Amino acid sequence: MKEVNITEMERKFQEKIDQDIKIEPKDWMPDDYRETLIRQISQHAHSEIVGMLPEGNWITRAPNLRRKAVLLAKVQDEAGHGLYLYSAAETLGADREETIDDLHSGKAKYSSIFNYPTLTWADMGAIGWLVDGAAIMNQVPICRCSYGPYARAMVRVCKEESFHQRQGFEIMMTLAKGTPEQKAMAQDALNRFWWPALMMFGPSDGESKHTAQSMKWKIKRSTNDELRQQFVDVTVPQAEMIGLTLPDADLKFNKATGHYEFGEINWAEFWEVVKGNGPCNKDRIDTRRKAKEEGLWVREAATAFAQKRAARKSA
Amino acid sequence: MNQAQVEFVLRIADDSLILGHRLSEWCGHGPILEEDIAMTNIALDLIGQATSLLNHAAALQGEGKTGDDLAFLRFDRDYRNLLLVEQPNGDFGMTMMRQFLFDAYRTILFERLQASSDEMIAAIAEKSLKETKYHLKHSSEWVIRLGDGTEESHARIQESLNTLWRYTNELFYTDAVDEEMHRSGILPDLSDLREQWEDTVNRVFQEATLSIPTNNWKQEGGRKGMHSEHLGYILAEMQYMQRAYPNMEW
Repeated sequence: MKEVNITEMERKFQEKIDQDIKIEPKDWMPDDYRETLIRQISQHAHSEIVGMLPEGNWITRAPNLRRKAVLLAKVQDEAGHGLYLYSAAETLGADREETIDDLHSGKAKYSSIFNYPTLTWADMGAIGWLVDGAAIMNQVPICRCSYGPYARAMVRVCKEESFHQRQGFEIMMTLAKGTPEQKAMAQDALNRFWWPALMMFGPSDGESKHTAQSMKWKIKRSTNDELRQQFVDVTVPQAEMIGLTLPDADLKFNKATGHYEFGEINWAEFWEVVKGNGPCNKDRIDTRRKAKEEGLWVREAATAFAQKRAARKSA
Repeated sequence: MNQAQVEFVLRIADDSLILGHRLSEWCGHGPILEEDIAMTNIALDLIGQATSLLNHAAALQGEGKTGDDLAFLRFDRDYRNLLLVEQPNGDFGMTMMRQFLFDAYRTILFERLQASSDEMIAAIAEKSLKETKYHLKHSSEWVIRLGDGTEESHARIQESLNTLWRYTNELFYTDAVDEEMHRSGILPDLSDLREQWEDTVNRVFQEATLSIPTNNWKQEGGRKGMHSEHLGYILAEMQYMQRAYPNMEW
């Protein structure tokens, strides 16, 4: 009897999805749907938080006051995105502390791109332009995601990301038309970040184990390869416009399809970084863990203080 | 060019810039996400204040320099900030204590400077006061929370107060620059600055169950360009790009 009910509920659930009716926190949903969303949203939240580190690395060395302020504002936005996203995950019953512990233990993943180091100021440009650009490609479709709180959080996140992308491109453009040293700095950053940016869309469709179900549930609206192609098509002309060269000998425009064809991604490198063997995986997690450990006494004090105040009030 | 006026503006500007720099070092390392956001936000306010003030100082100088030139191409002996703001972040309690001691002073200063005869200073003070009042609310709440939190937090923040107290006398430093600013109406009366500051500080420390150190060991020199060893490292980092790649647009 119970089984029949669940099947019936799942059918109704899928009907709602098919009719583009948003699923809200108190609505019934299949366990797998909930788990998939928790995994994806918390991964996204972790990416925002870990993503603060490579850019935070250049705040104290920004070359002028305007760039410093813009970079501070950008990194602050990322912390804000992390906060909305942890809250969105909480609406599904995921405890923020536990979610963060999963990041620190290595159980939860975050975007691999943040495991690459930021070596020069031009990396602030490359990250804004390419990484935020790729993030927008990934996230705009999520504004139409079937789960209401995630979709709504993403509307706000995307508005800010598009500002981030523009400021990154503007940094690159300024460098590209600057002195030969500056142009070389920009080209070097592009060389280092181009392939990792393409990897941000995840494994190719044949290898992606979650895509089919996520598309059916409208958590995901386009496949990894579709989004990656869209990103390449938009970004190549931008690079040409500012006179930088993409580090891909196989890159060419196909007039028949109207798309750029590009070389093979180094998937071995991708999987190594996902497994934790990228240049900065250990540093990033150690840094986050250290921040949490060193902040323990502060959180304990805040809790103790709140309890004391509450006790005094009721006394 | 009015040398004293430039000097006066640089003192306020450098306080904002150096403290903003210190706070920005926390970015991504805060004890909770909400505090990461708050500290970054305060850093952003301070960098904004520094930008307006340094641009103003550069305009007053009339040598064709920009605010960026003053931030990135002055050496430490020409920096005029308080010793307090260049002190290292330490733990979160140390950062909040440093911020509180400074905010309590800054609020009074900006309140008064709204009436400055220098209209640019008055406008910057009016805008900055709104920000500084929020900073003071935030830092004093944390001082109280940590002071009256756990045994450990109480001990830690009391230790921070003990460490930083020696730098507070410099908040009230005055010299010929201030006298000239008073005479010209650029700096309104501040004779009760210490009294007003002590009112705030005493009230907050009482609620935080903290005691003011009896040690009256005083340090000063920042206003004259005599800094602690810390400032050199701050500037080495902050000015790296402009020193390594001079005369470029970024």
